[in-house]
Amino acid sequence: MSDSVNPILAADGTPLKKKLGQALFRSRVQAFGLVVPLLAFVIVSFIVPIVVLLWQGIHDSRYAELMPGSTLALSKWDGITEPTEEMYSALVADLIEARKQKTIGKVATRVNRELSGTRSLFTSTARRAARLAAPYKDALVEVNVAWGEIETWQAMKVASRVYTPGYLLAALDFSLSADGTVTRKPENRRIHIKLFLRTLEISVVVTVACLFLGYPIAYLLSSLPLRTSNILLILVLLPFWTSLLVRTTSWIAMLQAQGVMNDLFVAFGITGDDDRFSLIYNKTGTLIAMTHILLPFMILPLYSVMKAIPPSYVRAAKSMGATDWTAFWRVYFPQSVPGIGAGVLLVFILAIGYYITPALVGGQDGQMISNIIDFHMRKSLNWNLAAAIGLVLLVIILALFWIYDRIVGIDNLKLG
Amino acid sequence: MKRDSLLLGIAATALIAGAAHSGSITAVSWGGAYTKSQVEGYHKPWTAATGHVVVSEDYNGGLAEVKSQVEAGNVTWDIVDLEMSDAVRGCDEGLFETIDPGILPAGADGMAAEDDFINGAITECAVANIVWSTIFAYDNSVLTDGPETIADFFDLEKFSGKRGLRKGPKATLELALAADGVSADQIYEVLGTPEGVDRAFAKLDSIKDQVIWREAGSQPPQLLADGEVVMTTAYNGRIFNAVAAEDKPFTIVWDSQIFDTDLWAIPVGAPNRDLALEFLVFSTAIEQLAAQASYISYGPARKSSMPLVGSFHSKPDLMMGPHMPTAPENFATAIANDFEFWADNQDELNERFNAWLAS
Amino acid sequence: MVEVSAVEISGVDKAKERRKTLSDASEKSEFVVFERVQKSYDGETLVVKDLNLTMARGEFLTLLGPSGSGKTTCLMMLAGFETATHGDIFLAGRPINNIPPYKRGIGMVFQNYALFPHMTVGENLSFPLEVRKLGKSEREEKVKKALDMVKMVGFEKRRPAQLSGGQQQRIALARALVFEPELILMDEPLGALDKQLREHMQFEIKHLHERLGITVVYVTHDQSEALTMSDRIAVFNDGVIQQLSNPDDLYERPENAFVAQFIGENNRLKGTIESLNGKIVHVAFDDGCQSKALAVNCGGKGSRTTLSIRPERVALGWDEESNTTRGEVLELTYLGDHIRYRMNVHGNPDFVLRLPNTSGHAELAVGESAKISWKSEDCRALDP
Repeated sequence: MSDSVNPILAADGTPLKKKLGQALFRSRVQAFGLVVPLLAFVIVSFIVPIVVLLWQGIHDSRYAELMPGSTLALSKWDGITEPTEEMYSALVADLIEARKQKTIGKVATRVNRELSGTRSLFTSTARRAARLAAPYKDALVEVNVAWGEIETWQAMKVASRVYTPGYLLAALDFSLSADGTVTRKPENRRIHIKLFLRTLEISVVVTVACLFLGYPIAYLLSSLPLRTSNILLILVLLPFWTSLLVRTTSWIAMLQAQGVMNDLFVAFGITGDDDRFSLIYNKTGTLIAMTHILLPFMILPLYSVMKAIPPSYVRAAKSMGATDWTAFWRVYFPQSVPGIGAGVLLVFILAIGYYITPALVGGQDGQMISNIIDFHMRKSLNWNLAAAIGLVLLVIILALFWIYDRIVGIDNLKLG
Repeated sequence: MKRDSLLLGIAATALIAGAAHSGSITAVSWGGAYTKSQVEGYHKPWTAATGHVVVSEDYNGGLAEVKSQVEAGNVTWDIVDLEMSDAVRGCDEGLFETIDPGILPAGADGMAAEDDFINGAITECAVANIVWSTIFAYDNSVLTDGPETIADFFDLEKFSGKRGLRKGPKATLELALAADGVSADQIYEVLGTPEGVDRAFAKLDSIKDQVIWREAGSQPPQLLADGEVVMTTAYNGRIFNAVAAEDKPFTIVWDSQIFDTDLWAIPVGAPNRDLALEFLVFSTAIEQLAAQASYISYGPARKSSMPLVGSFHSKPDLMMGPHMPTAPENFATAIANDFEFWADNQDELNERFNAWLAS
Repeated sequence: MVEVSAVEISGVDKAKERRKTLSDASEKSEFVVFERVQKSYDGETLVVKDLNLTMARGEFLTLLGPSGSGKTTCLMMLAGFETATHGDIFLAGRPINNIPPYKRGIGMVFQNYALFPHMTVGENLSFPLEVRKLGKSEREEKVKKALDMVKMVGFEKRRPAQLSGGQQQRIALARALVFEPELILMDEPLGALDKQLREHMQFEIKHLHERLGITVVYVTHDQSEALTMSDRIAVFNDGVIQQLSNPDDLYERPENAFVAQFIGENNRLKGTIESLNGKIVHVAFDDGCQSKALAVNCGGKGSRTTLSIRPERVALGWDEESNTTRGEVLELTYLGDHIRYRMNVHGNPDFVLRLPNTSGHAELAVGESAKISWKSEDCRALDP
């Protein structure tokens, strides 16, 4: 439209586009100023910690920092031939220093992740390191024969790398050896892939269950007078307001073998007294409890979308001759899709990261990937592996977002 | 619990208002009946004697919180009650202050503290206060002719019904081997070999369908009371308290109990380090250890305290002695938890255990 | 076309009775019948009180009234979205109380158009044909015809959101017409349009009605719209039809004070009846002056009454045959084709006088006391 050769000029002769940009700049700066405090808060309290934590999934400088001499010596070693005396003497020097600085535990923990049993090897050797004399190879082997084994040194070489794909590989049930080859872990130590798949399965089932249970409720709520629907909405939100302990206790009371549900089943002859259903401390328990707690996240977006659908659409459809079902399916349902999209995405994303509920009622086959992350964060203190699993989970979620965007369209989302 | 001690602390502060050196420390422990025993045995007497106040905080064990406090340089805890493996590991990683055993009060007849404490109870950074153990228990109103050995726990034909076990390899694998006939002193030797690990998991396989896995220490009495399990492993103090304080019909089987110690340690950079050390010395004295033992059936870590242990605080005729893990009749087949073994092997065994659980 | 599956016994009896007595001619004049219809939402108050209404085939009937007067409720009962609490509604001689809306075959245009936002214009229009299981070619033909009717051919592929308000209105109209219903209901269909477009659409709808010969029930609160379009107007207030007549009767011969006030501009004067003389009453105003008026809806001697005089029926100057009085000019407004004077007459400071802006017309200044007069037959004595 606009003439590209002769740009339109403002009254003072400057190009109109430039003039407009200047005029808009001020308001942009103002708008940015309003956002700055929140932006700073989010960066400091959310983005930076997450990046720092996820960074640990591929970066571990513990060994290199605390055992500098040994790291240098290891870097020259090919990982296959006999370890040299230089490597041994560097190790002893580092052990003495680490013992003095009280950092030997960190070093030992690091190497132990690569080879079980090396923790006590490091801590006990460090205690005696100061009394050792050259040749160090013989002296160390005398302290513990494990120092003569090449596996020990290979583990140290892997641990000495600052940037390592090892944790990410471990998160996918692979292991990294000293010469850089990648192998699958033995069958009885593969856990993460299985849990990722189960996490996806549980999340999908919970999401579908929430949708089927939540849709009619949201529909009912949206069609009631405001006063009544507000009261019912409080009931919907009740799970939010009860403490986790109260909720868990009531689930146990309801679902356990001697609980209310099973008593009812027995009373109605659905099952025998000796053959009660296992409804808790297993996957069933996880599914029931998660569906219960996540249901409001499905109902609320659905409700807010449905509330905004004027009743005249369905009336119009019926006046044109559509039966109740046709009017619902052809006219009402398509307009509630943005609510379904929002609810499904919300519930699914929340479900995929759930860990407290599965931990409490999940038993052995109701555990999810977040429980392993939690385990490595709080119990085993292997934050690097926790970060690596978290990174994988994040990638999976982003991939699902991408697929969702391709199929449904992210702009088709309505959160209320 | 926390509030009680807080109120107590406030009351005590009010009493000694004007005293020149009244301070306050934050002591972190496991909560429930256990913290209560410490409040009664240590905190109250210390406040009465010195005017200093102890603020109780609860946690669920592990080093995660200490580690993040120390690494962030923002330590709010003064003294922490830990399991042995965490105490040793935290010490190796430089999370805890070293403690000179020389400052601990001597034993009954002037015996050096290091000799008075049971073996291994004093480490580089921590001092033990109690001995606790993992046992298994059953409801004697359901099983009138109850199990007697750990082998019975794994015998589904003799005793059908669900079993409760802690979700983790620690103690679980030891019990499996013990039930498979490995003697107490051989357990860790066998478990140190790949065949031994396979053997333990094979034994666990035999009851896997019937196991309800739990995490919190407070769950076993509840599981038993609800009839969810016919027998379950538990910390002996929890079962004792359910019996003594709530009159539950539970019986403890001491066969192949796995005993461990709990220790006090002071995080590096604790805000009231000196006071915390003072409290540590006070609370691990003979009388204090004996006093706390009348609130919960965990044995005092000092030999001299044992003769002083009296009756349960609310039941004068219920003597605590026979209910301690260290009582001779309970101790015959006891397994000493090998923290070194677990420090070395927990990564691998956890992974294996989790994979086994999920399969 | 309409099947009755379950009708209450009395309804069946009435229907039989009605069919027996209905000749073709009366069926034509009794296309839509409301018989003693009542509606209550809360069981305490009646939104519609004892409604009786008969509509002929091909008629354009407007339900006019302020909001909350019950007019929309009546429309919804006819469409089947509300059920009558009491009474019967008949369509072409059949009681329809128990027939679901989708079997009534009534076209409807909604206030916000209710065009399905997820469908194109074409899909919107073919929806009623699809649910009637019409073939594809037949559907396309009818859609095209309907679009042609509202001059919107070529818009099939657009979405409703891409259309202007007026275009959406046309599509809504086309959609209501496309399946060729005999009866069309319109619920304030022009409420969202600006004045000019609204007036334009009024004529288009009116022309469509005339061309297609369909029966229209039209709900509005805009009296000028009602006057422009309707064959007959039912003025609703408080759940009751105040007056049902054609537009000029309604304007010129209102039967009560509400209708007089609601339709057009009106001057109200309150007074007491002094004497009755056939069709003429003598009314004394509160300031002691008197006027003669046409007795329409008033009580006997001594009772209070409201006199209603249209502003354009008040003349400047005195006339022997008219009622004469004086009014003080309070305000004058220049409106181009005429000038509007606001006066204080017999204690009413909102008395309006409208003078055509002819050359050489008398000019009054604010504060001036003017002589005014009106004819007795233009002054209607109504309920107080």
